[in-house]
Amino acid sequence: MAATIESSPLTLRIVAECPVTKARVCDLILPHCTVNTPVFMPVGTQGTLKGITVDQLEDLGCQICLGNTYHLGMRPGPDLIEKANDLHGFMNWKRNLLTDSGGFQMVSLVELSEVTEEGVKFKSPYDGKEILLSPEKSISIQNSLGSDIMMQLDDVVSSTVTGPRVEEAMHRSVRWLDRCIAANKNPHKQNLFAIIQGGLNSKLRKACLDEMTKRDVPGFAIGGLSGGEEKDDFWRMVTLSTDHLPREKPRYLMGVGYAVDLVVCVALGCDMFDCVFPTRTARFGSALVPWGSLQVKQKQYAKDFQPIDPDCQCPTCKRHSRAYLHALFKSDTAAMHHVTIHNISYQLTLMRSVRQSIMEGRFPEFIQSFMKRMFPSRDQYPSWTVDALASVNITLQ
Amino acid sequence: MAGGRMQLELSRVVQGRSRLGVLKGLGRTGQHSLEVPGCLLYTHFGTVPHLTQDTLHTLRNLPSVTQVTLSNIAEHQEVLEEFKDGFRKFAGLHDTVVYCSLHDPATLCPTGYTTNKTVSVWGSGGRIELTVAKFMALQKTVQPDWYQSMADGETWQNSTSRKRVRKSVDRTLAHLDECLLVHQKSQELDGVEVFGVVEGGDILEERVRSARETAKRPVAGFCLDGLQTASMDQRLRTQLITAVNKELPEDKPRLLQGVGRPDEVLACVEAGVDLFESFFPFQVTERGCALCFSFDISPDPERAVLELSEEKDAAGDTKQNGDLNHDDQTQMTSFEINLKDKRYQDDFRPLVEGCGCYCCKNHQRAYLHHLLVTNELLAGVLLMIHNTSHYHGFFSALREALAKDKLDLLKTRIFNPLNFTDATKTGMKDGLCASRPHTG
Repeated sequence: MAATIESSPLTLRIVAECPVTKARVCDLILPHCTVNTPVFMPVGTQGTLKGITVDQLEDLGCQICLGNTYHLGMRPGPDLIEKANDLHGFMNWKRNLLTDSGGFQMVSLVELSEVTEEGVKFKSPYDGKEILLSPEKSISIQNSLGSDIMMQLDDVVSSTVTGPRVEEAMHRSVRWLDRCIAANKNPHKQNLFAIIQGGLNSKLRKACLDEMTKRDVPGFAIGGLSGGEEKDDFWRMVTLSTDHLPREKPRYLMGVGYAVDLVVCVALGCDMFDCVFPTRTARFGSALVPWGSLQVKQKQYAKDFQPIDPDCQCPTCKRHSRAYLHALFKSDTAAMHHVTIHNISYQLTLMRSVRQSIMEGRFPEFIQSFMKRMFPSRDQYPSWTVDALASVNITLQ
Repeated sequence: MAGGRMQLELSRVVQGRSRLGVLKGLGRTGQHSLEVPGCLLYTHFGTVPHLTQDTLHTLRNLPSVTQVTLSNIAEHQEVLEEFKDGFRKFAGLHDTVVYCSLHDPATLCPTGYTTNKTVSVWGSGGRIELTVAKFMALQKTVQPDWYQSMADGETWQNSTSRKRVRKSVDRTLAHLDECLLVHQKSQELDGVEVFGVVEGGDILEERVRSARETAKRPVAGFCLDGLQTASMDQRLRTQLITAVNKELPEDKPRLLQGVGRPDEVLACVEAGVDLFESFFPFQVTERGCALCFSFDISPDPERAVLELSEEKDAAGDTKQNGDLNHDDQTQMTSFEINLKDKRYQDDFRPLVEGCGCYCCKNHQRAYLHHLLVTNELLAGVLLMIHNTSHYHGFFSALREALAKDKLDLLKTRIFNPLNFTDATKTGMKDGLCASRPHTG
């Protein structure tokens, strides 16, 4: 192929930077549309967002959501999705898609997975056959899925694991990154992100950062966190990572979705987030609100005729009361959809408010009032949030 | 008169029995109307199954009458009483007429719990016993625009004795009289319509007796109960309904409960029924199937020939019309395709070519197949949208057929066991192979 000036499938425009914290507002220009960051990306694991149509998702203002390589690679499989004009065509989602590599599921969902230099060996839960997910295979599937952002296959180790395994996984992830880059058939249409590993060890993280930032990838994810580790360790690794990631490339913090975590990690310099929590918890009747969460199925809401959040503008809150939803959970699955829509709206609206406040130079004030609303009193603020925000010049009042 | 301004305006009566017209004067202010023959909008507690208002309103031409049932509502009586403003407002319903029935037509209740003074409904927490007093208290709380009076319809089982059938007729009349008494004294129910319920099991004399007696009462219309799909074959049903309708005033509507299959609907319209409950699309959805029978009555001889010679294996995993196991309402009919079937794995066509619903405009069979195989919630949403749309399309075609004397053509569509979706005008070959995988 002759060398030409190729248009990059990703352009990051930094729109505003908070003078106090490490927060930024960006426009992430991707093949299907522009994504405004900081952004929360809902997770549509199997090519669908649990009961929500693509129109409803679009109407909520979602610009990018996730699909899952492991699940979709199993069912319906990459060949069928290719025939359907890739995952966008299959789902009929016209905006952006991000697919993860399948690595996390391999380790967290599947029995007897064995990691070697080659890849991850495991037994398919559907027919018991042995499958090898290698960097090449993962990228091949993701190429078929046609996502706008693909994730490298990383050697995933639980954040609670210590010892030589962590270092081994970090080095291997670097080698797998190179293999993924080489295997990407569509570098002009699909963006491959690296995933920084290194567990909770600063030295290893730094080493990983040094190595991976040498590769010319369009974006970086911070991986290996959000897996049950202490929050004190968590935030330190996040901020270490953003300190050493290039300013002009997006930073994706994987698996982070609780409101407090989102706000703090934006302050620490992250741009993109994903988490199954908001959509999963919705199906259990748990509605996310600025003061925490509201368990709609609980008896106390049976006669509560207010909407979930009187200030919320989502379709659910504009039309239905807590009491109606409480009762509907006994009659129809649509109750789950109502709460799912509300929760996605909550997350997206939160990010929009964060973005607005950064652009208007009042992010520090936003953080203060956000925390005040979320917690009954100052001494209930989790200590890690106090420390993390202090590290970026915010003293919580 | 117990009620308000409901009025049936018939424009045609075909062959002395099938009626075409409009039911007018519906709702508190009388501004709504419903074309007949027609169906009501089936809901669980005010929600069309699986759908939020956004997904519901992708459907055009929704029936103007929403059906709610006491089996969903009874357990929430206290909440509604505290709310005070009626069910429609509580549920955040759009501008619609609310009709309150006793039972959910999609579920058969356990039998043996009815007494002389009570009937029972089953909510999520178990059985709730209703006296007329409690029944009417519920109506005052729900504040529907129209409701059926309390009835004992527990005659649908084959083993029901003559004595039991007679009892159901007597009790139902007694309940009706008591309901009307309370109704007339209740200011909250001013302007609300009441339907009497005709019982009688499968015994002709009892049916006639029930109809005659009910017709004497000041009701706005009639529910025909105990004729559910599971209870008897269509021949008997037609016979009984015909006899019943002879006793009922022509200018009042007749609502048949518990019958929804297109072939049965057609036969019952021919017997003089005006209104049906639309639970059938829900049942089809719950078994992962999509309605795709043709109700096209535009004359196209070429297409008619092609359809008759459609592949037999298109209906391979369905039962033939008329062979339906009466005891199992969950069994697939020949009006639908089973999207879980492997043959749809790479079928990139819409569920029904030419269907304008949200599902068919945006998604393909292969995607629905995937959603079903992976147990995804969206399957129910999309199928409910399509099945509801298709079913209403059928009723629309039915009315058109009555208007244009094309009922026979519609009958060949509906009663043809190899009935499948039409070929598109350009894709005739594909239409023939309705079952073959078609890669895009």
